[in-house]
Amino acid sequence: MKINPNKCVACGNCTYVCPMGAIYIDPAINRATVNRDECVECYACYYGLSTEHLNPPIVRMIRKIFQLGRLRFDPEPDVCPTAAFEPEDLQWPRVVRRAFSDPRATHESTGVQGRGTEEVKTNDVTGRVQWGEVGFTIEFGRPGVGVWLRDIQKMTWALAKAGVAFEKKNPFTLLMSDVTTGTLREDVLDEKVLSAIVEIKVKVDQTQQIIELVREVEKDVDTVVALGVGTRCDENGEERLVAPVLESMGYKLERAKTNMGLGRITNSVENKREEQPGEILSETR
Amino acid sequence: MTNTLHRYGDAESFGDDYIVFATPSSDRNDVDSVPKLKKFLEMALPFKPVNIGDPVHGGTLRPSRNLNTVANWKRDMTPDFRAVIDGIDTPVSVVAIFDNQAAAREFLKVAADADLGLSINMSASVEGAKACCKFAGITRHSVGYSLGFEGATDKLPNTQLLKLTTMCGHGMVSASLAKKMIDWVKEGRRTPGQAVTYMARFCSCGVFNPARAQRVLEDARKKME
Repeated sequence: MKINPNKCVACGNCTYVCPMGAIYIDPAINRATVNRDECVECYACYYGLSTEHLNPPIVRMIRKIFQLGRLRFDPEPDVCPTAAFEPEDLQWPRVVRRAFSDPRATHESTGVQGRGTEEVKTNDVTGRVQWGEVGFTIEFGRPGVGVWLRDIQKMTWALAKAGVAFEKKNPFTLLMSDVTTGTLREDVLDEKVLSAIVEIKVKVDQTQQIIELVREVEKDVDTVVALGVGTRCDENGEERLVAPVLESMGYKLERAKTNMGLGRITNSVENKREEQPGEILSETR
Repeated sequence: MTNTLHRYGDAESFGDDYIVFATPSSDRNDVDSVPKLKKFLEMALPFKPVNIGDPVHGGTLRPSRNLNTVANWKRDMTPDFRAVIDGIDTPVSVVAIFDNQAAAREFLKVAADADLGLSINMSASVEGAKACCKFAGITRHSVGYSLGFEGATDKLPNTQLLKLTTMCGHGMVSASLAKKMIDWVKEGRRTPGQAVTYMARFCSCGVFNPARAQRVLEDARKKME
């Protein structure tokens, strides 16, 4: 993302809206500037800010007059008054940043939309997580910390070493050059993203082992980690296999996503396509 | 699963946060699902959701690309529910957010009775979702638990800011903006109701809960952590 210095009036609104805190007013030029190393190309500035199309020289003059009078103009805080943000034509590997950070972006880099798969939320029609199995989502970087892909590789290496298989449809898996070792493509390691999700599936009796492994590796990963643990309920709608394990490990289960089991397969056979690698229609929620 | 799952707070703080969403699945039930998704949201409206949305077009409050300068003094802050429903044109997850359990469970029952054939999920406190299922006569199929945030948690902001920023599961609501809004509410420069509209516009899929955010801002007005 770039800010056009000919348009920017240094109002400062954008410095607050960047989730990574990567926009600042550069005192040398008195214009808002993007720190490219820290920018994850999430486009929150470009899409989130409403835009006016005011004349920049006039706005600058008005702002100077106001400053001389020590008056404070009180503009709307979610507006760029001169529409100064200009997206770049992102090239590989930087385009990976946007693919994982901008929820509106299609994954040109991976061919997948969103950061993850449908997981258990369509489990009633996909049967992805069966009785006795646990699906893990291991999310890195959110909220507002971000993560270097090199750091996530530490986790995927450890998981692969433990014999865990990665979810094939997950966009992060598609960045791996070797899924058996959890090794990422060399050219994406120095890219930073707002968040990324590693997905795995194991047997219920491996739940504690995986969580302990994640806890150990996350000590060496310089970002926040959020774990999601999905599983099947029994015929009475109860879940008595995984929750006790989690509670015994000290987790207080405050929040969950519940699949109501109301979905059914309605596509006709003629509509069934060959599954494309990594194809996902629904955004991760 | 992650987008609405990892909201910060304890079960009590989710008392005004019930998210119900319908999801078509690729190759299983996505064909001709757009009318069903629209119907799902239409059915939600009588129960007065505080927000609805889809990940392609956003929620009921959206940024404007051509804002009139007059907006600095007089701006339409009204959520546009109709625009969300009319705008759905592809098979995506659609979401309805409620600020009370009664509305959420009533809607869940109506959605179940409508038998749309789409996967329907609720993201809420564990016990809150169970209560809704019991009311609607639904046997839970699967559940995904949030284990919260771990790792370098020293990099996270305070809990009031976390409650606000994690209500956009894609992380589009920045901690700096949330802090600025708390400051403005404390200074009396904006009301909590006005402040939440600014933050909600950054959430690109409509899962931001303006009612809960307003409550957090009211709390922070009196005592910032």
